[in-house]
Amino acid sequence: MSSHRLSGEGAIQRDRTLSFTFDRRGYTGHPGDTLASALLASGVRLLGRSFKYHRPRGLLSAGSEEPNALVELRAGARREPNTRATMIELFDGLTARSQNRWPSLAFDAGAVNSLLSRLFVAGFYYKTFMWPAAWWERLYEPAIRRAAGLGRASREADPDTYEKAHAFCDLLVIGGGPAGLAAALTAGRAGARVILCDEDFLLGGRLNGDRHQIGGESGALWARRSEAELRSLPEVRLLTRTTVFGVYDGSTFAALERVSDHVSVPRPHQPRQRLWKIVARRAVLAAGALEHPIVFGGNDRPGVMLASAVRTYVNRFRVAPGRRIALFTACDDGWKTAFDLLEARIDVPVIIDARREIPPALRAQGSRHGVRIMTGAHVLGTRGGKGVEAIEVRGEDGRVSRVRADSLAVAGGWSPNTALSTHLGGRPRWSEAIGAHVPGDLPRGMTAVGAACGELALAGALRTGAAAGREAAGSAGLEAPLEQWRTEEEPVGFARRWSVSGHRGKAFVDYQHDVTVEDIEIAAREGFRCAEHLKRYTTLGMGTDQGRTSQLNGHALLATLTQREPADMGTICARPPYTPVAIAALAARARGPQFKPCRLTPSHRWAEERGAVLVDAGEWRRARWFPLTGEADWRSTVAREVAGVRAGVGICDVSTLGKIDVQGADAGAFLDRIYANMIATLPVGRTRYGIMLREDGIVLDDGTVARLGECHFLLSTSTIHAGRVMRHLTHARQVLWPQLDVQLVSVTEQWAQMAIAGPHSRELLMRVLGDAVDVSGPRFPYLACQEFLWLGRPARLFRISFSGELGYELAVPARYGESAVRALMAAGGTLGVVPYGTEALGVMRIEKGHAAGAEINGTTTAADLGLGRLVSARKDFIGRVLAARPGLAAADRPALIGLTPVERSARLSTGAHLLRPGAPATLSHDEGFISSTAFSPTLRHWVGLGFLSRGRERIGERMRAYDPLRGEDVQVEIAHPVFYDPAGERVRS
Amino acid sequence: MRIECPFCGERDHSEFAYFGDAACARPAPGAADAQARFVEAVYLRENPAGAHRELWYHEFGCRSWLQVTRDTRTHEILEVRLARESTAP
Repeated sequence: MSSHRLSGEGAIQRDRTLSFTFDRRGYTGHPGDTLASALLASGVRLLGRSFKYHRPRGLLSAGSEEPNALVELRAGARREPNTRATMIELFDGLTARSQNRWPSLAFDAGAVNSLLSRLFVAGFYYKTFMWPAAWWERLYEPAIRRAAGLGRASREADPDTYEKAHAFCDLLVIGGGPAGLAAALTAGRAGARVILCDEDFLLGGRLNGDRHQIGGESGALWARRSEAELRSLPEVRLLTRTTVFGVYDGSTFAALERVSDHVSVPRPHQPRQRLWKIVARRAVLAAGALEHPIVFGGNDRPGVMLASAVRTYVNRFRVAPGRRIALFTACDDGWKTAFDLLEARIDVPVIIDARREIPPALRAQGSRHGVRIMTGAHVLGTRGGKGVEAIEVRGEDGRVSRVRADSLAVAGGWSPNTALSTHLGGRPRWSEAIGAHVPGDLPRGMTAVGAACGELALAGALRTGAAAGREAAGSAGLEAPLEQWRTEEEPVGFARRWSVSGHRGKAFVDYQHDVTVEDIEIAAREGFRCAEHLKRYTTLGMGTDQGRTSQLNGHALLATLTQREPADMGTICARPPYTPVAIAALAARARGPQFKPCRLTPSHRWAEERGAVLVDAGEWRRARWFPLTGEADWRSTVAREVAGVRAGVGICDVSTLGKIDVQGADAGAFLDRIYANMIATLPVGRTRYGIMLREDGIVLDDGTVARLGECHFLLSTSTIHAGRVMRHLTHARQVLWPQLDVQLVSVTEQWAQMAIAGPHSRELLMRVLGDAVDVSGPRFPYLACQEFLWLGRPARLFRISFSGELGYELAVPARYGESAVRALMAAGGTLGVVPYGTEALGVMRIEKGHAAGAEINGTTTAADLGLGRLVSARKDFIGRVLAARPGLAAADRPALIGLTPVERSARLSTGAHLLRPGAPATLSHDEGFISSTAFSPTLRHWVGLGFLSRGRERIGERMRAYDPLRGEDVQVEIAHPVFYDPAGERVRS
Repeated sequence: MRIECPFCGERDHSEFAYFGDAACARPAPGAADAQARFVEAVYLRENPAGAHRELWYHEFGCRSWLQVTRDTRTHEILEVRLARESTAP
């Protein structure tokens, strides 16, 4: 089967054979092959169908620029669409399938599109499927998507893992060709920290595909030896199979390492891919150049291939892409292909050079081999079924002749791979010297070397690479001698030919998106002149290959059609990523439960033992309720927990509330500027409820302030706002009032804090704390706080209550939190102590009318929340001035109210709008809304909190609670927001 | 983007929170036109193309507020200093 395999060395291991399937047929190849080279070696050259016209397509290239040979790799959950056969390193057991064909690759019904091709030109969709508009989504788009498809992604979950890595270096070398190796060797030998990335699995770049001599040895051998030396240097890291795909500010680069793509299943503990974030002091862009084709008729027929790719298949993979390969070139470089083919004893029927004048040395060498040479000639078209069988050539004299050939190598010239030079906005610059764009303004710290900067000959690549390596070492404070390597002279003459006039048949500019010369002509006729507009109108360069082989030709064609020079035409600015990157690699470990960090409360283990149902609350995982066996549903569990607190005593872990320790001589003065109410007057050993505003006058957060000492305060914040309040306070301290003597520390995670609430809470604390602190009524009144030693450990007790019952919060160092809960539970056994979760906590706060996140929602003022009396008029504080704006002080603003259903069994729903009875349900009659609801086990009916315009004057009024989303319409009565113990006698008992 | 925190050294921008224009100092609360000046300070922002002094908070680091001068066209960081040293008392 390996009838196309040549003898000789190359870079494949002939002593091992690998088996694989393509479209279910079995083939073999060798380690070192790509899927492309192995298929080519087996004589397979039809690899896919084109995007729009379903034309048969084969390999155009041997690298990542491949537009045609996209296949589905692997099967089942690991099936990956649109992988480039030229980039797939062969492994044993590989399975791949062709895409976008039905029923088979050889016979594709979609090819009928070719007959309708007049309809499918640029702008066709926009113009044709306009009417009727409703048909677009239902009919046109699904039909078009089915016909114009790429591969199919697997619908199963990805079974593999992906990871991220970070690295820092003195020099990042992008590309491991001769220029990149020269840079890495020069800097690496001097001791610089070097990272070299290459997308290939074999270092060397064109040294593997071409036959060069460096210092008397072959270029491929020099690359192997250089690689071995680099691997021996301790500060050098070589990353093969790694594509640098993005350049970011601050010398930051993103690269994707395909760790396991070359094996069927990742080895144990290995990710499939690794995303690198590399910060490099200096970067060397040694990404090489890309050869581009010449546009002529039938230039997409399998067998038409870039001349450099033909050399790569012959020299590196020892594969003959055909048996009779003609050459069409416009530059000296293309002739190498003919000579390499002849060297490998492959028939070259004709060398067609578009130039009239060619270097005599080339002509002489060609003549020596007895090859027919046509100068000033052009290929007009190709003939054949699913592959080239003959080519049609127009000679210098204008006569058209036919040459029998099964393949055609095309050399349109090289253009530097500038993509990474433009990610930060740099514009490529036109170089007359090479007739292509070279990198323009480079990102700071980046140098372009070798072919990437237009040095197309090997000597220049080695020279510029070494110079850049030396400079990078120098910027790291290291002295590097300038390395020199001896190479042969190379002719690099060229004459630009983008396309051929008088072409016969369809002439493709962008292979992947089936953009033809005709499409560019239509764009020109429609008045498109700019490269970016051309791209969007014709889809030129919008494929997964990003037009690597088509941009230059397309832009040059438009320039010609609009009577401009390519230099004046400009080009597009590439954005990251350079090649497609799987979302899984970007997400890496942040999947499923690892999506974000999970913070566990100090009592977590104990809560789990008790069978608590957990809930993610902000960044924390908390106990939601503690079900007992036999309880019908969560409502009965919560009702039991509430009743247990109201009648006895309950315990809840409230460690998640933010805690900020504030100390300093000016701590009181500082907090007076932070809180809307007075803080400096708070006596030591007392706690006060406080609210803080944003500078725009809206409430930011509420919580308690405990004064532990003359210069020592402890603030609590809501769980959700802990980080935000800390930011707010540090801003005030560092930016607004740096002169104040005050220090802030977040101690949220240092202290475990348990709420002990209910009429028996004092009794429970006396049992647990014993002599450590005197909690008897007169000695420890409502809002008292105290630091003390409990069993030799620091502890704090606050007499504060969120539930509306006699209540305390006991704080111990976080690592004793679990022991404290267990001690409280043990001591409370005979008191009937109940653990309660966030749901019961929420029910009790609604019964008690406390505002929480749904009320302190970023739109409400202190007055809206009924907290206007707290706002001090005796001092300045953040938010004071703007809270007085007429709009925020208006009397008809929505104010916090309570709601009860008139029909006692009715349920209230959060988000319902408040309307006057009989008023139409329109926005202009909307007078407020319900923000929080709960079934109150204490009152035995639903209660709610909400906001109603002039609400406080409307207690007792009846309204409609209208909820169009849930289809509910309930009559409610406006009530005072505090449903339970409005006089507050229980908390003071 | 990388920011050279005066306290922690050069760090990735993902450690920092952005707070916008550093030029808007808190107006004197007792001034006769205090409300108008606060409205300006809270809501109105310059959006220059070029060097811009802005506040960054090293939230996942030392919690320092920094005054960073950044070129908004190139993201080049021109100067970094502690905000407390840049603000007049």
